Amino acid sequence: MQRFTRLFLDLDASTRTVDKVASLVGYFTDAPPADAAWALRFLSGRRPARAVSGRLLLRWAAAAAGLADWLVEECYHRVGDLAETVALLLPAPAAPRPLALAEVVRERLLPLAGLDESQRRALVERTWGELDARARLVYHKLLTGEFRLGVAKNLVARALAQVAGVPSAVIAHRLLGEWTPDAEGYLNIIATSAGHAADPARPYPFSLAHPLPGAPEELGPRADWQAEWKWDGIRAQLIRRSGTAALWSRGEDLVTAQFPELIVAAAALPDGCVLDGEILAWQGERPRPFADLQRRLGRVHVPANLQAEVPLLFMAYDLLEWQGVDQRARPLDARRETLAALLATQDPTRLRLSPTLDVTTWDELAIQRQQARDLGVEGLMLKRHGSPYRVGRVVGDWWKWKIDPMHVDAVMVYAQYGHGQRAGLYTDYTFALWDGPALVPIAKAYSGLSKDEIAEVDRFVRAHTLEKFGPVRQVQPKLVFELAFEGVQVSPRHKSGLALRFPRMARWRRDKPPAEADTLAGLQTLLASLQRAGHQAGTA
Amino acid sequence: MAGEALLVSTREGLWCPAGGFHIDPWRPVARAVLTHAHADHARPGSATYLTAAPGVAVAALRVGAAAVSGLSYGERVTLGDVQVSFHPSGHLLGSAQVRIEHRGQVWVVSGDYKTGPDPTCAPLEPVRCHVFISESTFALPIYRWAPPAELFAEIDAWWRANQARERTSVLFAYALGKAQRILAGVDAGIGPLLVHGAVARFLPAYRAAGCALPEVVGSEAAASVRGRGLVLAPPSAAGSPWLRRFGTISTAFASGWMQVRGNRRRRNLDRGFALSDHADWNGLIEVIRATGAARVLLTHGQAPTLERWLREQGFDAELLHVGFDDDGDGEALIEAELEAADGAGAQSATAAGRVVHPSPAPA
Repeated sequence: MQRFTRLFLDLDASTRTVDKVASLVGYFTDAPPADAAWALRFLSGRRPARAVSGRLLLRWAAAAAGLADWLVEECYHRVGDLAETVALLLPAPAAPRPLALAEVVRERLLPLAGLDESQRRALVERTWGELDARARLVYHKLLTGEFRLGVAKNLVARALAQVAGVPSAVIAHRLLGEWTPDAEGYLNIIATSAGHAADPARPYPFSLAHPLPGAPEELGPRADWQAEWKWDGIRAQLIRRSGTAALWSRGEDLVTAQFPELIVAAAALPDGCVLDGEILAWQGERPRPFADLQRRLGRVHVPANLQAEVPLLFMAYDLLEWQGVDQRARPLDARRETLAALLATQDPTRLRLSPTLDVTTWDELAIQRQQARDLGVEGLMLKRHGSPYRVGRVVGDWWKWKIDPMHVDAVMVYAQYGHGQRAGLYTDYTFALWDGPALVPIAKAYSGLSKDEIAEVDRFVRAHTLEKFGPVRQVQPKLVFELAFEGVQVSPRHKSGLALRFPRMARWRRDKPPAEADTLAGLQTLLASLQRAGHQAGTA
Repeated sequence: MAGEALLVSTREGLWCPAGGFHIDPWRPVARAVLTHAHADHARPGSATYLTAAPGVAVAALRVGAAAVSGLSYGERVTLGDVQVSFHPSGHLLGSAQVRIEHRGQVWVVSGDYKTGPDPTCAPLEPVRCHVFISESTFALPIYRWAPPAELFAEIDAWWRANQARERTSVLFAYALGKAQRILAGVDAGIGPLLVHGAVARFLPAYRAAGCALPEVVGSEAAASVRGRGLVLAPPSAAGSPWLRRFGTISTAFASGWMQVRGNRRRRNLDRGFALSDHADWNGLIEVIRATGAARVLLTHGQAPTLERWLREQGFDAELLHVGFDDDGDGEALIEAELEAADGAGAQSATAAGRVVHPSPAPA
């Protein structure tokens, strides 16, 4: 645990990539394989499920430190990180001793799920008695399912590649799919030969696009680029191997069970192929709103009526494996040609090839992009002809050219402390629109302001508080912000009856008095016009 | 308890009607009594200043030499109708608690204080009183400082590790008090030390007061510390072109605020050392108890929390508004000290000089 804690703190403290990789290399060179296996598991984003709720942990810590619950609560608001708060509050360990990471996970963490509350508390308190304050921080992060580290997966792969002497793309691939976090599993990941058994459901690392930073003309000739719609669904890989099919989402979650009709359709694909594409709710010739697709998420079983209400389509746009062979190094056009031939024989209501937009000039393409909202897509994807399928978010070959967001001018009415780096600063705001003489909350937003602006708003909040509700402050409705968002939908859960998609602060409208902010009626009109456009496009 | 208040909060600051003086006033007054020389407490423009004798030299740098007179720790002087004396508060060189006695009633204004060891100033001496006005900057139990020896070992280790990678160590610290404490505490055998001008201007006063500080160079000698030295600079130097002269650097901040990781990460620093010149949670409680005061008035920082806690323990505790409206976030205090670090405090004696919403932190 000491070594892993050191790694955690080093990664947390370093702001340079080269330092992060050096810390990782140092760790994996020294750590026993059984520990390294768990470390790698956690670093690659598969954190353990929450074993103890944060609230409970805070209560136990209050008791252990002999502090009133209200005082502990205030500490939490100040720190903005529950695991850290508890680590700062606890008294020094009674019987400190070094524990190995694998030991902590296997004997202190995993067994918690099978224990009742008093037994769990006893085990946690026993562990507190042995770990020092720093190791406790990491332990609490693991306990509460909040373990996160500011280190990109490709850096972990790069470090392991250095330790193992294996290309990092190979490591990245081995890290996806299922592997057992023990010494043997770890040694397989870093093995120089491919002797380890391949997991039939293992996906490839997704290639990700950056937003187009400037005008498309800056990319060079239009002819160098393939253009497609940017679909608004769930990015996924459909994997057909060893007589079975699996679906992995971009979050690297196995989502096979949530989309049974796509798994059925995949049975018609030949063995040894992997498609990259988008899961969409689809009706007729157009996607349905993302909100419909959302109804299908997070379910263990999908009832038949929901399958009928929200029909699905897998819109494929790339081919990563064919006849059991990795295709990623082949040029985009060659991969697409094979993919097109393959999909020509499939059920078009379930599996489809994402069409390309073949107008010849950037201007014509820009005109097509303007229709994106009516077509229910997010904009355009631009992919360089001839490019390989790269790992991760690599700049240069893939760009997303999204439609310009919609905007509304809203008044800030509540503020709340942020978390992590923004702990102790009022950075999370609630915005409202006018409904007659009243302001009705419409969205929360956290992002979009500069550091200086955040500091300024923070001071405003402190000086203009009307009332405090725990960590939330109601402020005088004085500041107006332009919110950008990607869509608006009906939401019975919200007081306003509407919910915005991806709201963020586009700019601070210092020029606008609050009385001139937008109205709820205006937003309702926008929703109606979007629905009308969607309906027309859908029936056209 | 006696009805009449010995100290009241006014536009100018804490006012002692019976004594005819203000304590740490933020506007010009006839007679100012200073707890210490940080810019948020010592503002220029008043006609006369009285402070603890070891603090006269540093206070004079802040408010102008002519007007400052000193009184030894423990020595009593009669001002108006009251007796006034200074008692060490352990915050920095010459910092003091102000004891005021009037017809058998004793009030003590703590100024800022700490309980841990510090070789650059006299250690805090709790003073028995009826009413204690206490700071509460770090009044939350998450603030429990590690022993300074441990923190200095960490600073030394960070410096050595940077040296091994040929990086210059840049440690941000408040220019008055903290920077000198660090100079006295680090292992000067590791490598050369360089100080920013804002730090350097206070060194003669510290040396004259008998503080053993290692040899340092100024920024004109940057080449001699590049890749191996330790640079002490005020936080306002973060991100400034002044740092370019040191080549590849590793940055850290020495402050109680660094106890919470978010504060360090927000500033994009490589390291944070929770080395504070304020009392931690245990220190505050220990000192408040040692005064024997039944009535405690709280200022700064986390005052509402400490007020509630003290009431639960049976104290007659209350908030005292002295102009720091920072809701316990402490950013205002940091900024005030940034000002101190910059020596920019000299400009803040205007009518609007009260520190309520200072400028944002340097990135």
